[in-house]
Amino acid sequence: MENRPVTTESPFVKGLLITSAVVILTLFLLMPLFAVFAEAFRRGWEVFIASLNEEAALSAIKLTLLAAAVSVPLNTLFGLSAAWLVTKFRFKGRAFLLSMIDLPFAVSPVIAGLVWVLMFGAQGWFGPWLAERDIEIIFALPGIILATVFVTFPFVARELIPLMEAQGSDQEEAAVTLGAGGWSIFWRVTLPNIKWGLLYGVLLCNARAMGEFGAVSVVSGHIRGKTNTLPLHVEVLYNEYQFSAAFACATLLAFLALVTLGLKSLLEQVTGQKAGGH
Amino acid sequence: MGFTVLYLSLIIIIPLAALFIKAAGLGPAEWWEILTSRRVLAAAKLTFGASAAAATVSMIFGLLVTWVLVRYEFPGRRILDAMVDLPFALPTAVAGITLTQMYAPNGWIGQHLEKVGVQAAYNPIGVFIALTFIGFPFVVRTLQPVMEDLGKEIEEAAATLGAGRWTVFRRVLLPMFVPALVTGFALAFARAIGEYGSVIFISGNLPFKTEILPLLIVAQLEQFKYEAAAVIAAGMLIVSFLMLLIINLLQRRLDWQHR
Amino acid sequence: MSISIRSINKTFGAYKALEDVSLEVPDGSLTALLGPSGSGKTTLLRIVAGLEFADDGPGKILFHGQDVGGVPAGKRGVGFVFQHYALFRHMTVAENIAFGLSVLPGKDKPGKKEIADRVKELLGLVKLEGLEKRRPHELSGGQRQRVALARALAIRPKVLLLDEPFGALDAQVRKDLRRWLRQFHDEIGLTTLFVTHDQEEALELSDEVVVMRNARVEQVGEPQEVYDRPRSPFVYEFLGNVNKLKESEGKARYLRPHEIEVVFAAEFDPRTDVMGKVLHLFSAGPVATLSLKLSDGQFVEVELSRKALDEMALDKGDEVAVRLTEG
Repeated sequence: MENRPVTTESPFVKGLLITSAVVILTLFLLMPLFAVFAEAFRRGWEVFIASLNEEAALSAIKLTLLAAAVSVPLNTLFGLSAAWLVTKFRFKGRAFLLSMIDLPFAVSPVIAGLVWVLMFGAQGWFGPWLAERDIEIIFALPGIILATVFVTFPFVARELIPLMEAQGSDQEEAAVTLGAGGWSIFWRVTLPNIKWGLLYGVLLCNARAMGEFGAVSVVSGHIRGKTNTLPLHVEVLYNEYQFSAAFACATLLAFLALVTLGLKSLLEQVTGQKAGGH
Repeated sequence: MGFTVLYLSLIIIIPLAALFIKAAGLGPAEWWEILTSRRVLAAAKLTFGASAAAATVSMIFGLLVTWVLVRYEFPGRRILDAMVDLPFALPTAVAGITLTQMYAPNGWIGQHLEKVGVQAAYNPIGVFIALTFIGFPFVVRTLQPVMEDLGKEIEEAAATLGAGRWTVFRRVLLPMFVPALVTGFALAFARAIGEYGSVIFISGNLPFKTEILPLLIVAQLEQFKYEAAAVIAAGMLIVSFLMLLIINLLQRRLDWQHR
Repeated sequence: MSISIRSINKTFGAYKALEDVSLEVPDGSLTALLGPSGSGKTTLLRIVAGLEFADDGPGKILFHGQDVGGVPAGKRGVGFVFQHYALFRHMTVAENIAFGLSVLPGKDKPGKKEIADRVKELLGLVKLEGLEKRRPHELSGGQRQRVALARALAIRPKVLLLDEPFGALDAQVRKDLRRWLRQFHDEIGLTTLFVTHDQEEALELSDEVVVMRNARVEQVGEPQEVYDRPRSPFVYEFLGNVNKLKESEGKARYLRPHEIEVVFAAEFDPRTDVMGKVLHLFSAGPVATLSLKLSDGQFVEVELSRKALDEMALDKGDEVAVRLTEG
């Protein structure tokens, strides 16, 4: 019998749809990714290595790692406490708090940088006060960290809140009736339940922290070898028409993205479900 | 509790308040003058226009791609599914220089477009391409769970009632996807409005022509026009917050449809 | 219109869902496909509907003598009601019911007025007048079920197929709807085949019960017949409570609880009776249930009228004679 289930399309339509989707995804996703590496190696291995093994590049890598090393733990801590707060307690202003957590997603990275300039820049609220004391925030490391913290703020909390919401408080309540204290409940009951979600949130937070461009660009001042993070270094090189060097540095960031995606897929397999987007 | 609120205030609320206070330092007349200046209007037109066009195309691409990823089994499906998140994970500056390189007149795709008389890079079309790249994962990831949870029964019911495959899609499935599609559109649009890194390389940044709003803010800052930057930023934020509000309302609508 | 199912086989990979299944559903009858989950009953219903296809081979599905094997689901003229109703969430009740008419090709498509009239008529038939503007999520489970039924009937199907029609409803609604469906069937006289795993539902509702087990038809007959004369131990146990009494040489005897009599110990008759002790009695309602331990160590359950129980004034621990009469 040539019968086809009613919920399927004819092989022709199916083939056509698959082909167009694959073409779109290839042109749109795979080709750019491939292009990064192709451009980076266009002038050979030596140029590639040399571009990375250069003082400005190394200092940019160092700065990027440093900014992520500060902002990721901070936002992880915040994500945990915020998720704990909004899922285990009901209080006035909870809905407001939830929408505040989401807010940075709706703010342009450029604005995320601008707010710090308006606070701590030379013309800002605290500008003169800081200048008197010779404290540099804008066009220096603290500004870069603040901007990074702002844009990566929601990631951990956003992953954890739906997860903890779905799990409810039954297990914690059971632990309380068994005589466990606050910290021991957290370490032995809550954390094991959310560890994969937490890991995923941290992963996303880190990817964004290392890759952030707009916000950091506004506060950094682009001082080569000093306040350039890796994405900013890529920009500088590109604008100086040092394409191979720019793409060599970009491969590090693209690699980071691939690792993030790979770990995400792995986590989905471990937990057997789809992790959230954004 | 204390830590959460304190941290939230220090990192998000106070800085944003600072922005609005700075902007409020100017009177309505000055606001009006800044927001209706030719350069701002041109940038706004490009930003919102290209964002809307990109979100629309994202919606169409997203629908097709999600359908194929959810409905069909084919070699490479899992990898492609994972790759959909690439624009989320790839730093915007990398996306920016790569797309520029590809669509520049001598680039892999640009040279072919050139032949048919289309200049993609350093043109509003380039802005549109970058924003579509950034936006379409939002549509896929919003639509995907809806499509996966659909179940076969609804389509079978329509089929036993005599509807052909195309009719089932048009009259039964598509209306059920609409809330998710619109949410995806809104998310892609909201992201596109504020997008900076992936756009500035490919756009060419010509004032009045290919300058987007976030870049205009940066330009104001570089000229030390802090008030003007703050006013433009405040205007953008208000639009973004409205978008967020709409997204939340849509999400609620999605929720009741799933009951 | 009659349905003939002839030697149908269906496999899903290595799993056999139906094995050489044949069945005649007479015109105008209400027939139940009854069996535990995994017995193949839903697969059979879906094959009749054209939602699933039998394996290649001699198998055939005939509607009124005509092979419908190559006819797609939408052209078979079947009304199918799904277990979870499968209502279109974004459409109103009226739009749901009108769907089958509105998708007819141009020349067959009735006019607006005609469709509206038909919807009204069907809403009356399923007792949902005045709800046309509601959406599915604003209806109760029972109401949704009836909208699904009205939607299936709108296309004037030649046969009606119901998959676990009451499966998702609470006990009380289930009972009401069951009676209503029986009445409804008698009024419209449409050949109806429904799937259920609830034996009480099958026995109470249908003209004919088809008991299925492990991809095969175990027994077909009128409810009374399959209940009273089960053809196999499986049917015996599946249709209602039954006492399984071991006899010599591994043979067992099946007796329904109401087929066992209980009399005073003084009236013990060694030819038919066994002595037993009352372990537990439950007598809320018109029928009382006794749990007894027989002198040979086996346990039985007995049903007798409340009146009989009161007359004997039995209590826990009493010794009685248990009369195992032939059923």
